Amino acid sequence: MSKPFLSVENLTQSFPDGKGGTMTVFENATFGVEEGEFVCILGHSGCGKSTIMNILAGLAEPTSGVVKMDGFEVSGPSLDRGVVFQNYSLLPWLSALRNVMFGVKARHPDWSKAKVAEHSETYLSMVGLDGDAIHRKPAQLSGGMRQRVSIARAFANHPKLLLLDEPFGALDALTRGTIQEELLKIWGGTKQTVFMITHDIDEAILLADRILLMTNGPLARVAESVEITIDRPRSRTGIVEHPNYYPIRNHLVHFLGRRSKELAGQPSNGAPQSPETVRIDFTSPGPDDAGDESLRLRAVTN
Amino acid sequence: MTLSLNQKAALLSLLLLAVGLLVWEAAIPGQKPLSEMTEYERLTGGGAQKAGVPPPSQVIAKAWEQLSNPFYDAGPNDKGIGIQIGYSIYRVLTGYALAAIVALPLGFLIGMSPVAYRALNPFIQVLRPISPLAWMPLALFIIQDSEASAIFVIFICSIWPMLINTAFGVAGVRSDWVNVARTHELGPLKTAFTVILPAAAPTIITGMRISIGIAWLVIVAAEMLVGGTGIGYYVWNEWNNLDLTSVIFSILMIGVVGMLLDSAFGALQRAVAYAE
Repeated sequence: MSKPFLSVENLTQSFPDGKGGTMTVFENATFGVEEGEFVCILGHSGCGKSTIMNILAGLAEPTSGVVKMDGFEVSGPSLDRGVVFQNYSLLPWLSALRNVMFGVKARHPDWSKAKVAEHSETYLSMVGLDGDAIHRKPAQLSGGMRQRVSIARAFANHPKLLLLDEPFGALDALTRGTIQEELLKIWGGTKQTVFMITHDIDEAILLADRILLMTNGPLARVAESVEITIDRPRSRTGIVEHPNYYPIRNHLVHFLGRRSKELAGQPSNGAPQSPETVRIDFTSPGPDDAGDESLRLRAVTN
Repeated sequence: MTLSLNQKAALLSLLLLAVGLLVWEAAIPGQKPLSEMTEYERLTGGGAQKAGVPPPSQVIAKAWEQLSNPFYDAGPNDKGIGIQIGYSIYRVLTGYALAAIVALPLGFLIGMSPVAYRALNPFIQVLRPISPLAWMPLALFIIQDSEASAIFVIFICSIWPMLINTAFGVAGVRSDWVNVARTHELGPLKTAFTVILPAAAPTIITGMRISIGIAWLVIVAAEMLVGGTGIGYYVWNEWNNLDLTSVIFSILMIGVVGMLLDSAFGALQRAVAYAE
């Protein structure tokens, strides 16, 4: 089996628990992300999603284990891994345009200022920001607009891997819907590899090719990898009509509601913990799962 | 009649000024003309000029006279107010600039490095409460030059607020913004100038504004000690001449210059301010 584009191998993170021992958040987590794939990771708070994200971004060091991207080990932050933070992390003293230019200038130090500005404006208009708004400071923009700027900043740099840390967590449901579709549109154009944390099941189904499900911490693990067998392009209104939508959704709800607890707290005993692949497809029943009435149809591959 | 808040305030200010000046003018006891005095009064020295607090009209006349020719130079003890203030500003700005050259980089270092903070903090805490003028004898002995000593006193008094505020501002930069710099692979120097400096600028400028205020307070006292030139020396010299009109006039000038220095930094503060 060839190595995937992004490969997370035996990643372990533990912290001192304050009583002299250690608290292991997750242990020997092992999974991969293919090039051009949109992967969402779902799990309850405290299962270490953000820690995994920070390790992928290079902002934190794992206790043990490695992350390899394109065959090279990840160490420290890099322009090849763009991050969109939940709290936008725009620089408040710069205008929206200048914030995007800040990123583009870091990526292309040799570009002229006009070229940087033009490139930045292109990406801002892709997320629906143009005209007067791009010259405003973040404090004068709504939360949705700020997150759009942040997304534009990340996409404008063409990172090999885009990390989204609950980008829509702080937005209201209506704004979230609009920006999700904008994100899909811009991603459809660039086909970047995306790794995204979310708490929102519907958001994950709408956006992802594959959803990684994490059990509860401590000793969390990436238990399942659920393929989203819904054709693209997708739209919020379109996907609910798809025969696979509710089966997948029910599976996810069931996992987060019950099985994430049941599966929690199992030590790995040193073995790499790879997620089980789950494929739910009612459109073209294969020979394997023809007679299976259960909603959880699984084809275990490894 | 409707007036804006500013107009009302300006009107009230003018009224207060007018009332204040009138009360002051009225409170000065007038001197009887010689012809109205009794012989006894004239014999007991009633006709001699009495030294008293001058009325505002005299101060205004003095101000007009001084300000219409501020840069005359008629020897060591008779220079125009413009020249005296110029000397003071020169000393303040020189000492202040030297302090900024030391305090800003050092404050950056202390703000970035917890080790440097802990190592330097005891020194700062001991040196900071020392009255700047307490350094004067030591400065005079070591530097052997009264001019440079005055500048040193300004240096030592303006360094602390700048140093402490810079360290505080730099240490308080949100880690999100530093992470943005890190994910964009900015080097330490670039991070310092494009992220940390603008993020900490409002706090740093606040420190600089406090410093310039203190420096202007201290220069008057320092010049009274070292003498020769400057607005502080001018006040003391006029006191020795018993020319209270000039004393009051120069006190007002000290206030006006201090206000101008402060408002310059106020404008700078507004320029670097940002809303989160």
